[in-house]
Amino acid sequence: MPAMSRPPSPSPSSPPSRPGSVAFLDGLLQLVGAWLAGEVVVRTLGLPVPGAVVGMLGLLVVLQVRRPGPSSAVLHAADGLLAHLQLLFIPAGVGIVAVLAVVRAEALPLVGGLLVSWAVGLVVVGWVVALLLPRRRPDRGRGAS
Amino acid sequence: MTLLLAWQPGETADWLRTSPLLGVLLTLGGYRVGRAVHARCGRHPATQPVLVAVVLVGAVLLATGTSYADYSRGGDLVAFLLGPATVALAVPLHRQAHHLRRLLLPLLVAIPLGVVLSIVLGYGVVRLLGGDDELATTMAPKAATTPVSIVLSADAGGIVALTAVLTIAVGIVSAVLGPWLLTLARVRHPHARGVAMGTVSHGIGTSRSLADDPEEGAFAGLAMGLTAFTTAVALPLLLRVL
Repeated sequence: MPAMSRPPSPSPSSPPSRPGSVAFLDGLLQLVGAWLAGEVVVRTLGLPVPGAVVGMLGLLVVLQVRRPGPSSAVLHAADGLLAHLQLLFIPAGVGIVAVLAVVRAEALPLVGGLLVSWAVGLVVVGWVVALLLPRRRPDRGRGAS
Repeated sequence: MTLLLAWQPGETADWLRTSPLLGVLLTLGGYRVGRAVHARCGRHPATQPVLVAVVLVGAVLLATGTSYADYSRGGDLVAFLLGPATVALAVPLHRQAHHLRRLLLPLLVAIPLGVVLSIVLGYGVVRLLGGDDELATTMAPKAATTPVSIVLSADAGGIVALTAVLTIAVGIVSAVLGPWLLTLARVRHPHARGVAMGTVSHGIGTSRSLADDPEEGAFAGLAMGLTAFTTAVALPLLLRVL
């Protein structure tokens, strides 16, 4: 459990007396609840996207409207999960042991297709966004071009 | 009258083989070692924890003759958390939402373009280098996040397990080399870098961006979500043409 530092004046949505463990639980409940809501929407309307992505957009709208304080439970739970995002992709990656034969037999088209589409996509998207961004740069000294 | 205690190592081994426990433990342990290696190597980008962990866990499965199906009983439990973790990407985005308005036009142009490039070039280069239609279809959805890419691959007639691996592979390649390639291409603005990373390399690219710069990571997360949407819509249409 990450240590929870509470600011002196917490927002109305997070009373100061609530123990940290319950706050984490509340955050997890909100994340899973938003996921469930997203799945219900996607399946009911037959949308071709994952429910979790709709849940993400739904939670974004809720956060933008309610503007919880920095000690809010859902922010803590989300930061905790996202710190270990790579963990959750390991099982799919380990699947390579099940498809090793195909990967060996078709190494050239697989590696070539992967690298070319990745590199071109990355650079073109980067250029197009940089080109279309309004000229005003954030005052962080990073956008020199 | 039966004894309260017994010595039954064989039954214990059978239970362990069919329980998800070992798969979960192996995944968590591999990730822990991956994090330790990453820290030891001064957070060098080539030592992404997911890469180290996949190599380690894969080696253990091969060395012990464990099938992927057996491992997956535990692996699936870990991967289940991708659901709440995807929802959680709303939080970094919420923190950067004041930038959203000026990014609306760039996003609406760049993400569909990136999605079409990922699909068309992924499919086309595989065919060009001698792969058949099934292999090219397997490659086509790999820029979308895993839960999406595997469903799209199944619907389009690809090899689902291989699509999952290619999705993770492009994420790892991008987490290792993406920021370097973007700097080489003189893409310096954190918003442009984040959107590019999220569009071509979903959650794994996003995790690298989050580690580099919270602002870049927020837009990588947004681009990841929008790419999932756009790929789901564009893939069936494009594969009809290709």
